[in-house]
Amino acid sequence: MAKDEFQTRQFKVVGTRVPRPDGVDKVTGRARYGADITAPGMLTGLCLRSPHAHARIKSIDTSAAEAMKGVKAVVTRADFTAEPEGGENRDVLDNVMAGEKALYDGHTVAAVAATSRSVARAALKAIKVDYEVLPHVIDVDEAMKPDAPVLHEGRQQESVPEGYSQNVLARSQYGHGDVDKGFEEADIVIERHFTTAATHQGYIEPHACLATMGGDGKADLWCCTQGHYHVRDTCAELLGMDTGQLKVTSSEIGGGFGGKTTVFLEPVALMLSKKSGKPVKMTMSRDEVLRASGPTASTSVSIKIGVRKDGRITAGWGDFRYQNGAFEAMNGALGAMCGFAPYDLENVRTTGWEVVTNRPKAAAYRAPGAPMAAFAVESVIDELAGELGMDPIDFRLMNAADEGTKAAYGPTYPAIGLKAVLEAAKDHPHWNTPLEGENRGRGFAVGFWFNFGGNTSVSLMINGDGTVSLSEGNPDIGGSRASMSMMAAEELGIPYELVRCTIADTASLGQNDVTDGSRVTFAVGLATIKAARHAIDIMKARAAKIWGIDEEAVEWVDGAAQPAGPNAGKFEPMTLKEIAALASNTGGPIAGHFEVNAEGAGVSFGAHIADTEVDPETGAVKVLRYTAFQDAGKAVHPDYVEGQMQGGAVQGIGWALNEEYIYGEDGILQNPGYLDYRIPVASDLPMIDTKILEIPNPGHPYGVRGVGETGIVPPLATLANAVSRAAGVRMTSLPMSPPKLLAAIKASKG
Amino acid sequence: MRFESPTSPEDAARLLAASENARVLAGGTDLLVRLRAGHLEPDMIVDIKRIAGIGDITSEEGGWRIGAGVSCAAMNEHDALKADYPGIVEGAELIGSTQVQGRCTMIGNLCNAGPAADSVPAMVAAGATAHVVGPKGTREVPVFDIPESPGKTSLANGEFIASVYLPPRGLRGGDAYLRFIPRTEMDIAAVGCAVNLSLADDGTVEAAAVVLGAVGPKVIKAEQAAATLIGTTCDETALAACAEAATAAATPIDDKRGTIEFRKDVTGVLARRAARIAYARAKGETS
Amino acid sequence: MSRIHVTTTINGDETEYLCEPQDTLLDVLRDELDLTGSKEGCASGDCGACSIMLDGRLVCSCLVLGAEAEGRSVETIEGMAKGEELHPLQQAFIDKAALQCGICTPGILVAAKDLLERNPDPTEEEVRYWLAGNLCRCTGYDKIIRAVLDTAADMRGAA
Repeated sequence: MAKDEFQTRQFKVVGTRVPRPDGVDKVTGRARYGADITAPGMLTGLCLRSPHAHARIKSIDTSAAEAMKGVKAVVTRADFTAEPEGGENRDVLDNVMAGEKALYDGHTVAAVAATSRSVARAALKAIKVDYEVLPHVIDVDEAMKPDAPVLHEGRQQESVPEGYSQNVLARSQYGHGDVDKGFEEADIVIERHFTTAATHQGYIEPHACLATMGGDGKADLWCCTQGHYHVRDTCAELLGMDTGQLKVTSSEIGGGFGGKTTVFLEPVALMLSKKSGKPVKMTMSRDEVLRASGPTASTSVSIKIGVRKDGRITAGWGDFRYQNGAFEAMNGALGAMCGFAPYDLENVRTTGWEVVTNRPKAAAYRAPGAPMAAFAVESVIDELAGELGMDPIDFRLMNAADEGTKAAYGPTYPAIGLKAVLEAAKDHPHWNTPLEGENRGRGFAVGFWFNFGGNTSVSLMINGDGTVSLSEGNPDIGGSRASMSMMAAEELGIPYELVRCTIADTASLGQNDVTDGSRVTFAVGLATIKAARHAIDIMKARAAKIWGIDEEAVEWVDGAAQPAGPNAGKFEPMTLKEIAALASNTGGPIAGHFEVNAEGAGVSFGAHIADTEVDPETGAVKVLRYTAFQDAGKAVHPDYVEGQMQGGAVQGIGWALNEEYIYGEDGILQNPGYLDYRIPVASDLPMIDTKILEIPNPGHPYGVRGVGETGIVPPLATLANAVSRAAGVRMTSLPMSPPKLLAAIKASKG
Repeated sequence: MRFESPTSPEDAARLLAASENARVLAGGTDLLVRLRAGHLEPDMIVDIKRIAGIGDITSEEGGWRIGAGVSCAAMNEHDALKADYPGIVEGAELIGSTQVQGRCTMIGNLCNAGPAADSVPAMVAAGATAHVVGPKGTREVPVFDIPESPGKTSLANGEFIASVYLPPRGLRGGDAYLRFIPRTEMDIAAVGCAVNLSLADDGTVEAAAVVLGAVGPKVIKAEQAAATLIGTTCDETALAACAEAATAAATPIDDKRGTIEFRKDVTGVLARRAARIAYARAKGETS
Repeated sequence: MSRIHVTTTINGDETEYLCEPQDTLLDVLRDELDLTGSKEGCASGDCGACSIMLDGRLVCSCLVLGAEAEGRSVETIEGMAKGEELHPLQQAFIDKAALQCGICTPGILVAAKDLLERNPDPTEEEVRYWLAGNLCRCTGYDKIIRAVLDTAADMRGAA
């Protein structure tokens, strides 16, 4: 896809704040989520999970469970006889059903399907697993040491130098220039070490699915997911079945944030259904969600930055050690790519490390890898601004990346919005209102995220009454059906209300990548516009046929075909509705479609300002005021762009202040519930003010960029910078929970 | 498992005594969580909320009797109770969310014997007594003596607490309860501290109680901390001494909710702050 | 296992069901009565997605046994709109984009309606504390709080 998609235009629908099409269903309780569906004769499926952080499974005796009344199927790894071809799905299988070893507390080792929940629970207790408990490792720096307990033998890639544990699976390096020379040229060099705890996406809807698999090899699956095509492809491989025989329908989804981009229960439910011959429904408890589904990486990061007295950065260096749970992931690489992305650097060098530990497999979490990297880099940037006596925004402006800058991770930027974001923050009343009062501090930070395009298919049907049915294949996680309907209406030139957008199942539309990478409004929007253009071409042809003129002599204006200029002939314009009504007589049904692997997503930058107050006697932090700025490209539905920015900011605030995975010495998760896994509640927060900047993305017809992820990148550093200023001590470890902050305050006072 | 909902205290005691493994259901905000998690598998649940009068707050001999079925929300809505014992109501009102408030009971909070129970320190500070009903009749037990260790009470098999009695407030009395949690709501206390004061005519403290929660296996009477306030007007010197004594009295553990050092420090901070509030209330300066 | 017969009133209609002693009211609503608007986010009273009214009191239905509802009055999200007419809060949540994924929305609406019936003119802080037991992970609460405050103002104006 070219970078020249964008054309300036006057929007009629895009940019307005229309009601979302699924609104009434969701405010009345009618909307059906993952756990809200039943099937006749349905069984309840439950997982048996490892109580150990690391253990060899010597044997599993399921005979007593199988003999119980009401138990219809018991599944272990032995039932999964199809060996996945790719390495990634081998890990997925090992994660959804443990093989030789249980690799973390909560790892599934067996599953049952029974006629009721109580019978299923009793059956789980009747399964006897003989474990040989092994030494475990939880911490990333510990896991890298050569003598650490090893999770997987022989998985280390050649990129890893000698001297590290086999838990270090991969190393990746980025950068350009000569950092040693850069540091020599610096007047001030600051080097710091940072840590962040693992956090969970925290979606309120636990994973849930309903699987039906018959003896004929055909199967249906209903589940809450960010990508039902991905679920289909993965499950088909794990079950050893043909992809085309598995139809997956995505339910309404109760939040995902990256955590529902993979499978957990789905292959197990299918296998239970296959063995029992009955529909099987599985839902995770909150405890299971936290113990066994996708947290993010915990990190240990070292950053060194040098500056000249005039404020110019001479070199940036970073070492990003990321703990990805029990299996391979690329969070460290993403962190190493993103950390310095906002800066125009002559000399930069970063290394990302991928480390496995006895924790649940890290899943994507909103801009995966980036928030922790930004926390580390932006903290040092903030400290340097202080050392230089420069305004934190001016310091960043002086070093900001712009169009033509060679990014720290390699490519050269096209038009980007970083300087516009910085200028907007600098001009904002929040930045220009002095923060008064004791124990208060203001923080500022920026953040970067790549965004993504990917495989996308859209169909758009023109109905006989002039309405439009739009089918797309990406679960609507935050209002995307509204955005797609808006873009279709805009392009077709008809009112928004005439378009209804539906999320098609996997049997009804071409391939669609997962709803991730902030890709949907960009890529599905692009495909929707192109599908609308396809339909318009057909409608123009139909009008030409009716008028008896050349197709090329017809143009589409304001929802109607009309002759293109006086030479084309003199005909009254035919509206979409009029053309649709005559479709049967002019060649049959009218529909447009478009399939693409979209490129040109357009990177995005955000900047946040936070005011905080610290109780120096208890370490409690209150967020007083918060403003988020972000380059959204064209904001299709500004309410939902703001919502993404606000939601990302608050997740980041939680990460910065109180959210963390807490493990005991035994490697068991201590806080698998919302009581002690402390996501922000309404009373913790102020309003989150937003400022959307619309720097058009050249890669999209309307200039749209992804917006969903960038908002979580700046807040960790923003809060750290604010709290450090309020408390008078530099905080380098997240979360800044009250015990940690109070200890730091006491230490700083000697 | 059986479910029973007796209508008299005697029937409830009889049912409870007939089973080794029965559980009392009042608000259920703890019991149901433990049932769902599989931590408990009782053979019977006895819902006591249909016992006549058990959901009442009644004035009795100048004090207050609070039934075991009274939700914490109902306590918070009772203006006269709140005027006498704002600290007790504060403690009760801090348990859980609005939704949990609609169900949870102060006596349930007591009977869970959780070290961090928010409603217990202020009850102990007020010298509250529990009216215990059992198969062998009834007995009155100081609230302080109900919890023994985490999750364990002094109640015998078949016994349950039907009500709690709060003694007459008297003139020039005031109490307060503060807790520390990482968020603003929805957490279990990392530290809790109740202070209950009675003043002499001259405005000096005549009687004091400082009671700590979440910093020991059960609620702690910080008697030294209370003694530092006697005879003072809760001036800064007295408050500093109180804080120091409260910190010394705390015997917390390191866990997911706080470190030993943090909890000891914050105990002193809360004692000082709660004493200041209780004193202002006793003087009639604030409600 | 013997099941318990319960007669109760749900959204104004007399309703009968059978439940096991350990079934929560949320289990009954969702699995027996197919009233799936109340959601299970935690089953421990920490998320508020299952909020309902029980005898006029806002509670988490995951913390009530189905057997306890005998003779009580239960109101769920399914009873909030009157026919086609949405409650002003429901309309405001749509108009003001106060939901993203929507899983927490039923519980928040039930809780907010109870708040406005008790306190027609709440402050922002009062709304925030009242709704502290309703977790939302998508919105950062901003648009939810604004929708509740705006609805309160509109309802006062209309009264």
